[in-house]
Parts: sequence; C-alpha cells; structure tokens
Amino acid sequence: MKQIFKTMVNENPLFVLMLGLCPALAVTTNFESAYMMGLCFLIVVVVSNVIISVIKKLIPDNVRIPVYILIIGTVVTILEILLSKYLPKLSEQLGVYLSLIVVNCVVLGRALSVASKKDIAYTLKDSIGIGLGFTISLMLIGAIREILGTNTITFMSSLSELTGYRAVYKVYPAMSLLPNPIFSSGAGAFLVLGFLVALFNAFKKEENHESD
Amino acid sequence: MNLISLFIVSLLTENIVLTKFLGMCPFFGTSKAEKNALSMGLSVMIVVVLSSLITFFINKYILIPTDTVYLRTIIFILVIAAIVQIVEIILKKYYSIIYKNLGLYLPLITTNCAVLGTVLLASNNNYNLIETLVFSIGSSLGFTLVIYIFSSIRERLEHCNIPKNFKGYPIALITASIMALVFARFVGV
Repeated sequence: MKQIFKTMVNENPLFVLMLGLCPALAVTTNFESAYMMGLCFLIVVVVSNVIISVIKKLIPDNVRIPVYILIIGTVVTILEILLSKYLPKLSEQLGVYLSLIVVNCVVLGRALSVASKKDIAYTLKDSIGIGLGFTISLMLIGAIREILGTNTITFMSSLSELTGYRAVYKVYPAMSLLPNPIFSSGAGAFLVLGFLVALFNAFKKEENHESD
Repeated sequence: MNLISLFIVSLLTENIVLTKFLGMCPFFGTSKAEKNALSMGLSVMIVVVLSSLITFFINKYILIPTDTVYLRTIIFILVIAAIVQIVEIILKKYYSIIYKNLGLYLPLITTNCAVLGTVLLASNNNYNLIETLVFSIGSSLGFTLVIYIFSSIRERLEHCNIPKNFKGYPIALITASIMALVFARFVGV
C-alpha cells in the first residue's frame, strides 16, 4: 500500500516525469472522458506489465522492445474492441487517443525499467501506482477544464448507455467571465496543466523542506 | 476536399501539436535548442510521409478486403518500427553526415505519437492516396514549424527571470498555451 502511494506521488507520470501528455491534454475536455481514459490506461499498464513480468525470461534481449510493443498493442486492441461494442459513444469520444496508448511513453518506459527487472508482485504494485497517479491527475485536469470551460460537471453521460443513469450537473450561476470557452480549447489545456505542475512543484518543495 | 485547403488545415489550423496534442514528448523533450528541434522535425517528416504511404496500401489492399481492420493499430506500429529501422540503416550507409545529426532521434520516433496519430487519422478519415500524401506532408511540416518556433522561444526563456516553481516544464506549457491561442486564430483566415 505504501509503495503504491509512493509511486503515485514521487513518480506521477504527468506532474513529475512529464510523460504521456497527449491523452492528458486531448481528452480532458470533460470529466467523464478524462476518468474513462485514465481507467483504460490503468488497465493497459497493469495487464501488459504483469504479462511482461511473467514472461520476461522467455524474451531474448535484442528483440525486447518490439515484443513489448506487441504485447501492449494486443491489450489495447482488445480494449478497443470491447469499448466499441459496449460503449460506442465513449469510444468515439476517445477516438485515436485510445489506440495511441500503444505508443504512450509511460507504458513502454515502465515495461523497460520495472517489469523487465523486478518480480511480479513489485511490478503489480508499481503499475497500479502509476496507473492510479495518471488517472487522478487526468480527473483533476478534466474537472478543472470542464468547470471553468462549460460550467458543468459530467459524471455520467456516454456511460449511461451501460448504466441507464445520466449525471451532468451545473456548478455555479453564470458570471461575466466564466464559463470561458478558452478552457475547453487547446490553449486552456496547456495553461491548466502548466499551473498544476507549478503547484505540484511548490508542494513538493515544502515537503522536502520539512523532511530535511 | 480541396487539396490546398487540406494542406493549410493540416499545417496551421489543425496543427497536430497544438490542436491535436500529438507528439508532446519530443515537443517538450527536444525543443531546448533550435538545432535539435530542426533535426527532430526533419526525421519525423521522413518517417511520417513514408509510413503513411505504406500503411495506406496495407489498409486498402490487405486489411479492408480481409475484414481485419481491428488489427490496424498493431500492424501500423509494426510498419512504423520497420520503416524507422530501414531509414536508419540507409542513412548510416549512404548519408553518414545526416545520420550523425539525426541518429540520436531516429529510434525515438517509433514511440512518437505524431507518427501513429497521423497515420491513424488519415485512415479514419478515408483519405485517398493523394489526400493522404498531402495530409501527411502538411502535418509533419506543421510539427516541424511549431517545434522550431517553440525551441527558439525556449532558448530566450533560459535567460529570463522566472518564478522558482514555474521553471522548466510549467513555463514551457504556458508558452505552448499562448502559441496555441495564436494558431487557433488561423481558423478565420
């Protein structure tokens, strides 16, 4: 448990390692697609890294990377097929970014640096930590961008195909400056992430001071 | 769609870096110096154009007739990896000067989402051969343009007095945000 939390904070893929930015910026226009993207990412990281960790002794060293990419690609393809069958609206929303998890540097990076060296239990904990850290950061960005950009928060909209419930709420009464469509556009994505990373840096520095 | 407008759209208004957020890792990773940015852009251009042509034929003559389009992602990534490998070998053998400049960046391109993204978008939109060619040239040129402008801004940022917590990535992200605003204004032109 402690290890999962430590990986989540100290090696948070978005705020510390600055990897896997494409999905973080592209699908975070609303809260729902942000956390669903995070969830898909979590599944891919955990499943593919555990598979790699199990069969690492069977893979010759010089074809390591292609084999890893194939394993990750297979997991992503299975996920794609399932999503387009059961949640067609959501899979349309995520679009190419779901397929692009294959080339996400975080997944491959973890496969190379952790799954190919450590045992299965360690790999499982590490990939859960990385996946959760990524999901929570996506949820944060998605919530901020949606609240500021469109003055709604979507807990369940495309998901209602499966659950039957719809949950989209208004947050505050309209003001002169907010909601501001800039936060739904590309520029807003960079802006929100930039300020969040700066905030994260500030908190981390304070913590380091205390431990000194 | 008109070919010229497709080119302009893929180059400026729907720039793959600033509006589709593809290729973010090299965008922030290699954009610290102008020269590195140009080398990266050039290698991406070669690989994107070659791979989008080859995957176009694979998609049209193999995947669609045999009804295996769901295997697209895996096949395309394999094709891209193979092309990167081949380009590397050819450059090493015949153009060693270029290889010395690009060598470091070539292997990184396999996992650059700008390449796979462009290829997937082209096949999602059902472009024909000429449209695919124009789209891939426009997108990769757009990538090179943005990464070059961004790197020259970042070189100047090095000498600026920036608040401590904003140093490094945060200020780079905010710079990118302002650039995205500028590029978004091309829509009306």
